[in-house]
Amino acid sequence: MPPRRPLLTLSGVGKTFAGDVVALRGMSLEVREGDFISLLGPSGCGKSTALRLIAGLSHPTAGSIRWAEARERGDIGVVFQEPTLMPWATVAENAWLPFRLRGQSYSAVKDEVREALRLVGLDAFAGAYPRELSGGMKMRVSIARALVTRPKLILMDEPFAALDEITRFRLNNDLLSLKAKIGCTVIFVTHSVFESVFLSDRIVVMAARPGRVEREVAVGEPYPRDEAFRTSPEYAALCREASAALHAAMGEAA
Amino acid sequence: MTAIEAPAPLDAEEEARLRAARRDRIAKWALPVIVMALTLVLWDRIVVWNDIAHYILPAPSRVAETLVADWAILGPAAWATIQITGLALLAAVVGGVGLAVFFTQSRLFELSFYPYAVILQVTPIIAIAPLLRIYIDSVYGVLILCAWIVAFFPILSNTTLGLNSADHNLRDLFRIYGATRWQKLRYLQLPAALPYFLGGLRIAGGLSLIGAVVAEFVVGTAGQSYGLASRILEASYRLNIPRLYAALLLISAIGVVIFAALSLLSHLLLRKWHESALKRET
Repeated sequence: MPPRRPLLTLSGVGKTFAGDVVALRGMSLEVREGDFISLLGPSGCGKSTALRLIAGLSHPTAGSIRWAEARERGDIGVVFQEPTLMPWATVAENAWLPFRLRGQSYSAVKDEVREALRLVGLDAFAGAYPRELSGGMKMRVSIARALVTRPKLILMDEPFAALDEITRFRLNNDLLSLKAKIGCTVIFVTHSVFESVFLSDRIVVMAARPGRVEREVAVGEPYPRDEAFRTSPEYAALCREASAALHAAMGEAA
Repeated sequence: MTAIEAPAPLDAEEEARLRAARRDRIAKWALPVIVMALTLVLWDRIVVWNDIAHYILPAPSRVAETLVADWAILGPAAWATIQITGLALLAAVVGGVGLAVFFTQSRLFELSFYPYAVILQVTPIIAIAPLLRIYIDSVYGVLILCAWIVAFFPILSNTTLGLNSADHNLRDLFRIYGATRWQKLRYLQLPAALPYFLGGLRIAGGLSLIGAVVAEFVVGTAGQSYGLASRILEASYRLNIPRLYAALLLISAIGVVIFAALSLLSHLLLRKWHESALKRET
């Protein structure tokens, strides 16, 4: 496999809020194209802060975030913990939003929108309103909206935390096959050890107070991964390793 | 879903629920009509049995006759009141929504002017109307201005609340996609504000009618007759109580029609997506 090209480099990134609240300290991370990176940690470890900094929603008070190529509109897709859909717009209109904000009419990008909905299995629901959908389906619309512009980077902030386990497992599987199809780069915030091991090729374990990187766990298992991976000894061993790292991180913080 | 050959028989509870739903659908219309009919009969009987003079309390039939006989006087007055109410409501929508948009675009603008919008709202219109009459020549203009002052605040405050109520994650998303101020307003804030605006509009519809009538009472139309309020004053001076009732009936009817029309508008605009317009099972 050829070495992956770097996409984004965080060096010594820190964020301090007013009142000397240190949300994040000295975070360094190299994100390469095609990576699936999980940020795993307890609440208050700065993983959501890191995501907001990468998204450009706030600026670091220390260190720097460098993109290998200049960022453009629609280079980043975001999926939040809630589906965050516009209730007054149909599924297709919601997925159209990133294009619409670039000034592109629906007819000009109809194929891309349809394709995104097809990828998440919702092409039959293009004309439905969000309230007609289940929680898992709403999350799929949110994912379709994030990938419709084929962004270089998709940021996901605990997207499946509020869903039931059956739906979560299905969406985990679907997310991996989506990633295999469109080859995007993902940074995925979670507090579930199992989810991070199943999905990622790199797990960044973070500690709280102050938020910082504890260590990185490499998941060497090849993709595609399916349900069989969930019950394999390799999976169990990796879960133990990530779990131990997380406990070490939390032990220090306590 | 599995295919079922014959529909399963409904259990007793489900049947009772369906019966109750059917009963409610009919009762919703039938009961108010029955109450109205009983009231009219009782009113009529009280007048007849007690031999009450029509200049004290006219029988309902007498009111109806007056409404028809005096239509040449009451009709144009009703039309004038409808015009004043409609124009004031229109101005309240334009002013209320416009100001709300300015408020959300500039925090400094909001901080500067919101207190004055409140002062305008809390000062009783009855107290301002005579002053306006001095400064403004056109009676028509004064009436519209008074009705507007009463009607615009609920639209302003509700729309401002609505514009600020857009989901904060969606706001972040708009920022990430580099949305302009105008795009954010048009695609995010205005749709989010729509249910709030419509709630304010329904209140403002009733208030603009009240404003139009009250202002006419206060301003006094100095010999010129405009709307229904001056007809009521005139009728009371002449002890023409049947006409007074007929005018009152017209004002109520206008109010009911305004409310029904705005409720319908609200339902049509929100039925596809908003919680308030959804029917729930069980």
